[in-house]
Amino acid sequence: MINLETPSKFKPLVSQAHQVATEVFRPISRKYDLAEHEYPKELDLLASLIDGMNEGSDTGGAGAAGVRRAANGDGSGENRNGSNLSTVLSIIELCWGDVGLLLSMPRQGLGNSAIASVASEEQLARYGGRWAAMAITEPEAGSDSAAIRTTAELDGEEYVLNGEKIYVTSGERADLVVVWATLDRSVGRAAIRSFIVERSNPGMKLERLEHKLGIRASDTAAFRLEDCRVPKEAMLGGERTDAKDTKEGFGGAMQTFDNTRPLVAAMAVGVARASLDETRARLAEAGVEVDYAKPALAQSAAAARFLEMEADYEAARLLTLQAAWMADNAQPNSVQASMAKAKAGRTCVEVALGCVELCGSVGYAENELLEKWSRDAKILDIFEGTQQIQLLIVARALLGKSSAELK
Amino acid sequence: MGMGLRALNALAGSELLDRVHARKRFERVVYRSTKSGFRSATAAGRTFKAAQQLTRPARQAPSKPRALFDVTPDEEQQMFQEAVRDYAAEKVRPAATDADAARATPPELLAQTSELGINTLGVPEELGGVVQEQAAVTSVLVGEALAHGDMGIAYAALAPGGAAAAIGHWGDERQQASYLPAFTGEHPPAAALCLLEPRPLFDPLKLETKARRDGEDWIIDGAKALVARAGECELFLVAADAQGIGPALFVLESGVAGLSVQDEPAMGLRAASTGRLLLEGARVPAGALVAEAQGDAYAECVQRARLAWCALAVGTAQAVLDYVIPYVKERRAFGEPIANRQAVAFAVADVAIETAGMRLATYRAAARADQGKSFAREAALARELCAKHGMRIGSEGVQLLGGHGYIKEHPVERWYRDLRAAGVMEGALLV
Repeated sequence: MINLETPSKFKPLVSQAHQVATEVFRPISRKYDLAEHEYPKELDLLASLIDGMNEGSDTGGAGAAGVRRAANGDGSGENRNGSNLSTVLSIIELCWGDVGLLLSMPRQGLGNSAIASVASEEQLARYGGRWAAMAITEPEAGSDSAAIRTTAELDGEEYVLNGEKIYVTSGERADLVVVWATLDRSVGRAAIRSFIVERSNPGMKLERLEHKLGIRASDTAAFRLEDCRVPKEAMLGGERTDAKDTKEGFGGAMQTFDNTRPLVAAMAVGVARASLDETRARLAEAGVEVDYAKPALAQSAAAARFLEMEADYEAARLLTLQAAWMADNAQPNSVQASMAKAKAGRTCVEVALGCVELCGSVGYAENELLEKWSRDAKILDIFEGTQQIQLLIVARALLGKSSAELK
Repeated sequence: MGMGLRALNALAGSELLDRVHARKRFERVVYRSTKSGFRSATAAGRTFKAAQQLTRPARQAPSKPRALFDVTPDEEQQMFQEAVRDYAAEKVRPAATDADAARATPPELLAQTSELGINTLGVPEELGGVVQEQAAVTSVLVGEALAHGDMGIAYAALAPGGAAAAIGHWGDERQQASYLPAFTGEHPPAAALCLLEPRPLFDPLKLETKARRDGEDWIIDGAKALVARAGECELFLVAADAQGIGPALFVLESGVAGLSVQDEPAMGLRAASTGRLLLEGARVPAGALVAEAQGDAYAECVQRARLAWCALAVGTAQAVLDYVIPYVKERRAFGEPIANRQAVAFAVADVAIETAGMRLATYRAAARADQGKSFAREAALARELCAKHGMRIGSEGVQLLGGHGYIKEHPVERWYRDLRAAGVMEGALLV
């Protein structure tokens, strides 16, 4: 029976997340936007709180908790609302508060998602509960993650990693970094593996922290890996030494993204709603009420513009919830996850920038958060697969094209 | 008409027509436009008589509120959806080109669609309707599936159901007893729910069609635009600004003096033989007022109609997507299928993404309606999406086929014309 409302059992979680956003994130939002690279120490307490919440329920966490496929729908056809949906719902709320701070949440990194999703039982036991960042991008390999040059060479009982990694979210603050490297550059994507590297490893050198357009509360690190030695057991998901073993290689690593794309879409939905809520209030102060009964064109241009933006927000939100719901019900959702990410990413940017325009100087100046949200928004159409990569994924699936045919 | 004749005469004397071998065509157009300039009486309708007496109006109950998020229709809904989907593929799509050209839907198609029971989704079960609970979601699924065949035929076929649903939702016991049995019988009447008026920036809450009191009677003046099968309609539900009440619905049988119809062809929805309904001093008794369809209920009528048009837009947008995918894979340029180019492939992806968004927004609003929740906001947002992206998808469909898309050999030019309606139409259909 079609029902696209927030499930009643998740309402307490959503309201909790909304309180965190209001009481914890919003008050320090501007502070850490201005004080880039400063550690938001207020989050430590909150992180412990969230750890506690995760322990105590099966409704998923407030952040990037990761998803294990085995835990999803039992194939009985019974409709299931699980941790994918609850996670997406709470991320929307938290990012309504501040997306930069959400990204800085201890133990809620993308690396944690990867570990939670594909780690072996031994690795879960060993690395669980620690903060893990993810290192994929290199100066010469962004969207084309199959082209990474960082190498992993087996030397006795250890792998030796060499290369350069950039755009590592929480790279300075995390305890662990999940590093993507290739066993053999000549093989291509099949040879790519990911390795869990201790942040304290002397072979992993922090080069710099980036200065960014937005999400400044979140630190973005660049690393150099110089003869960085890790034990064989650090290969994520269990060791597979054969470089041509395609079974669980690149695809396995990419599987993380099928699970995390709806989460980033949720971030975009949260930021878009923050901008819309604030703008609606500002417009009301200015005497413009948005009327849902009247045709948009029979209202003021500002109200019509607002309606147009809110409509795209609604589509992005529902696509995001649908992608998460499909994961909960063990339905293949790669296409829907990319649709959600594409729609939410671009909508978030259009909405946030549109809201700045509607609010004029109030939107543009730093006295309010609208300008910040419109800077934060842009990354959400880039990381975890750019708009263009999402369109490629969707188009290849619809048209039945390989990556060689549709480049 | 004077100005029009002068302009026509000037054109008729011009040599340009002969130079472009267009005289024949021009004369046909003149014949048609003159024909449409003439008014004709409304159809000679049946006598609607109450077969049974009701003590109070029957209403469909709202469905139980649902606890879980779910994108899957229930079994009954899937049954309707599949039946209509098959029918649309087998009968509607093959008839679409000719129906568009003829500006008429074949009568057998209309008979078959009413056999499917889809025009009584808004009729309470006690009065012969086919579903127990409120059926906005079912109506949306049906509209979507039928429009995948053809939007114009879908409009023609579903319009009587819009009028029936209005009486089902808001009619009093006497109106229900008089009119609804005809809709569930063997030869359901053509009927129309008329809100739209012929003027720019039309707002269904600010009507220029006026109903004034005259003793116990109402006298209605105004005009209603783009009414499906206006010339055949035996029953009109007309929205008018009622003196002392505001916008409300009135039931008018086609025999009422002061009613006439004018042909009003439009760029699309041609299979629905659209016409304009003129009301000039149309006198109806007090009982013609659908007393419950005022205030919030009238606003709800507007919203339910918008959802019905969203459903048609979603189905048509999906038709575009399903058509362009094989086309761009087969069509070759520069030595390979054009689908191998990002500019083409991304356009297809965008059609898919926006269609999916339109669909979910429409479903959400309809599901809220069925559960008795407010849905004004959700319906407004769905309409925004369907108006904006529906139009773009229509345009993209033609663009992806290039010159081939512009000629009538392919259906995309028709979808281009039809999809523009999603942001224009008000009323007429109902979920």
